[in-house]
Amino acid sequence: MTARIGVVTFPGSLDDRDTQRAIRLAGAEPVALWHKDKDLKQVDAVVLPGGFSYGDYLRAGAISRFSPVMDTVIEQAKAGLPVLGICNGFQVLTEAHLLPGAMLGNDHLHFICRDQKLRVENAETAWTGDYRRGQEIHIPLKNMDGRYVADPYTLDKLEAEGRVVFRYVDFNPNGSLNDIAGVTNEAGNVVGLMPHPEHAVEPLIGSGRTDGLPFFTSILKKLVNA
Amino acid sequence: MSRTPLDTVEHAAATPDVELPWAELGLKKDEYERVVEILGRRPTGAELAMYSVMWSEHCSYKSSKVHLRQFGEKAPESDALLVGIGENAGVVDVGQGYAVTFKVESHNHPSYVEPYQGAATGVGGIVRDIIAMGARPVAVVDPLRFGAADHPDTKRVLPGVVAGIGGYGNCLGLPNIGGEVVFDACYQGNPLVNAGAIGVMRHEDIHLAKASGAGNQVILYGARTGGDGIGGASILASETFDDAKPSKRPAVQVGDPFQEKLLIECTLEAFREKLVVGIQDLGAAGLSCATSELASNGSGGMRVTLDDVPLRDSTLSPEEILMSESQERMCAVVEPAKVERFLEICEKWDVIATVIGEVTDGDRLEIFWHGGKIVDVDPRTVAHDGPVYERPYARPSWQDALQADDANKLPRPATPEELREQVLKLVASPNQASKKWITQQYDHFVQGNTVLAQPEDSGMIRVDEETGLGVAIATDGNGRYAKLDPYTGAQLALAEAYRNVATTGAKPLAVSDCLNFGSPEDPAVMWQFAEAVRGLADGCQQLGTPVTGGNVSLYNQTGEAAIHPTPVVAVLGVIDDVARRTPVAFQEEGQLLYLLGDTREEFGGSAWSQVIHDHLGGMPPAVDLERERLLAEILISASRDGMIDSAHDLSDGGLVQAVVESALLGGKGARLVVPDGLDAFTFLLSESAGRALVAVPRSEELRFNDMCGARGLPATRIGVVDGDSVEIQGEFTLPLADLREAHEGTIPALLA
Repeated sequence: MTARIGVVTFPGSLDDRDTQRAIRLAGAEPVALWHKDKDLKQVDAVVLPGGFSYGDYLRAGAISRFSPVMDTVIEQAKAGLPVLGICNGFQVLTEAHLLPGAMLGNDHLHFICRDQKLRVENAETAWTGDYRRGQEIHIPLKNMDGRYVADPYTLDKLEAEGRVVFRYVDFNPNGSLNDIAGVTNEAGNVVGLMPHPEHAVEPLIGSGRTDGLPFFTSILKKLVNA
Repeated sequence: MSRTPLDTVEHAAATPDVELPWAELGLKKDEYERVVEILGRRPTGAELAMYSVMWSEHCSYKSSKVHLRQFGEKAPESDALLVGIGENAGVVDVGQGYAVTFKVESHNHPSYVEPYQGAATGVGGIVRDIIAMGARPVAVVDPLRFGAADHPDTKRVLPGVVAGIGGYGNCLGLPNIGGEVVFDACYQGNPLVNAGAIGVMRHEDIHLAKASGAGNQVILYGARTGGDGIGGASILASETFDDAKPSKRPAVQVGDPFQEKLLIECTLEAFREKLVVGIQDLGAAGLSCATSELASNGSGGMRVTLDDVPLRDSTLSPEEILMSESQERMCAVVEPAKVERFLEICEKWDVIATVIGEVTDGDRLEIFWHGGKIVDVDPRTVAHDGPVYERPYARPSWQDALQADDANKLPRPATPEELREQVLKLVASPNQASKKWITQQYDHFVQGNTVLAQPEDSGMIRVDEETGLGVAIATDGNGRYAKLDPYTGAQLALAEAYRNVATTGAKPLAVSDCLNFGSPEDPAVMWQFAEAVRGLADGCQQLGTPVTGGNVSLYNQTGEAAIHPTPVVAVLGVIDDVARRTPVAFQEEGQLLYLLGDTREEFGGSAWSQVIHDHLGGMPPAVDLERERLLAEILISASRDGMIDSAHDLSDGGLVQAVVESALLGGKGARLVVPDGLDAFTFLLSESAGRALVAVPRSEELRFNDMCGARGLPATRIGVVDGDSVEIQGEFTLPLADLREAHEGTIPALLA
């Protein structure tokens, strides 16, 4: 048996097909989910992909968070459904309060696209089991609004509880506080990050590395072994 | 213009003496008289609006048409061409049932007036051309030219243009995989913002812009129509800038990439369900263009009710609605039984769609407003029978003196130390420096099929995941070469793009172009244009790569000062398996460096003459297209058979530029020996065409040499990949760290 992983398409989602491909390459079955549809089609996990949902109007993720599909995602995530938010998906998760903090515009005010070095800080989440804590990986990053911020209390709490999952190494591409690239919720089933693991799954394509594949094999193992 | 009474066809016929503002709309007196002659009466205000935009230089190609015919007349036999010149974009067969459509267009004038929106809507327009052919857009490229890098206005224009391209293309989910950034004082006040796009489809999915079948419904879908961009094509793109005239800002359109993304998905879904008979995007000249082109390309006429067009501004007049260039709109012709499903798909994607008319069995385009007929024309007279000018052209009087001012006679570096300093200065010069600060503002990963992106020699996209089939695209142009000799300059642009595609391992198949020139009313500029077109057409014939379409941008001049003639050439190639692509970066220490081709003393128009001597004169490098073809064949074979691990074309900046780029990208240095018969200066800095640098694994050296020998291609072993510096034995050594600082520091220091 394999796991079924849903990928939500919002209007303006861009990396939804790429994420489906990454799920397929990891050996799981991708399931397309539509933002107007509350039905999650009984998937075992959900990915909110990158892009500019609703054109990033108002604030990145601010409108998508009210899509019908998100009602179900929020409800089930609170009940333990594994959810991964990539880039715009991460922004949606913070807007939906499934993850703490928020994303502001990059401190240099430009869009930035680069192969970014990260350190895995937490290999215990639903999505990072196939990494080692402290492992350094390269994952493509591309965004306009990637500066992670939170109030000092929240930051301290995240750090104390080990809920910073990824940190930027050598170069902070957007001014994120504490070099934070990704965080998780208390239960560890919801993870959000700005870099795009789905663009590092084939040796020839994109960054030419496969450092992102463990995201998808991690969740597959967790689901199949559960 | 007074709005009462409505200027209907009847009213126009009854009031022959009413003066219309034809001059304000950009028409010449004789052009207006021709309209009157065609109609047998004065045009209505709405008809005048349509003729004025459709007969503008930008839409009608009236000055360039007589020259552009050569692309058809000299077109080489090619099995690859599925759709040629004249449609929204050409279509090329790339095998395995796939077809690729690609095109380059200019958005020069709007980008100077309003850099962000001008560049953004340039991307939007070219992408809609691609969708209109039935293809899914898979990549964009952006050849850009600006004034001097240190000019204050470049700091206004460039960041806006780059942010606009990124802001629009990134939001559409299209990887930006190639293009160029060139600085030259001649583009001050007339930056060139060219935008190219590639789309992929199956052969059976090709769609054309035509309205056939009486009773079929005409559906306008996408954004509402607003007052932006009115007269963009006629006023903005077809006249020179002049300080005395009022600001042209209202003629620039405003883009909304989110709306365009929905338009792409919605259109592709309608194609998949075979709901569309004909389709046309709304770009320059908006509804005037879409209705007249659809009607004139089909078998019948068309009736349109303008009152049904959804408006952003309810006060717009019918003339303004016809001329508006509001972005993100398309027009589809759909059989009556399929209209409901088409509208459902639009609703799914939250795209506004409205039936605005239908195809008739007559041959007239009729447009109604408030119950009155305000347009009644033969659509062909609007879309295809515009004026054609045989503009006078003459070789400029200064051309001989320019060519006699030989760059080969400029003082050369006298010592190895001086040569080293000049090399360092060159790789740090704005044109030769790394453009990473710019390209990292573009998404090149999205869609997950990018095999190569800038700074590689060509961008490469995987088309089929199973077979590895891919396509490559390169765009090149060198205004300095073309200024010295437009015929040769155009062929050099073609040769470079062709070579760049082959360097990455792909086989060049077809050509698109964007021809950027000054005012056609200047005989010297017209001569440059005629020569460049002749050169390009001859070159394409010889290389066997047909021109599939393109774009002409004239009036790129401020006052008397025209830009350098700048034909930008895009070459599309195909590769059977992207796993065999060849990158620029050095891969492994110990690999042998070979210089392919012949190096002569050719410095006319070179980067060296510009950077060291601020000089432009002499003759550009000689072109040998048979040699280019042979070089390409060798590069493709070597890539397919695994004989080379990296390759880089030699162009501006010469060999040393290529070595430095390959070394910095690979993080590995090189030791070079000046070959017998060449001096170090010529070896490193000459810009002879038809050359490439390749890195050959030692195990492949024999086989590679045999192949080059058997085919008659000069291949000279010049060194080895090694260490952490670029060393020219007996001359100088430059550590990679110094080179990186010089090469990568320039652009951020100027623009960030």
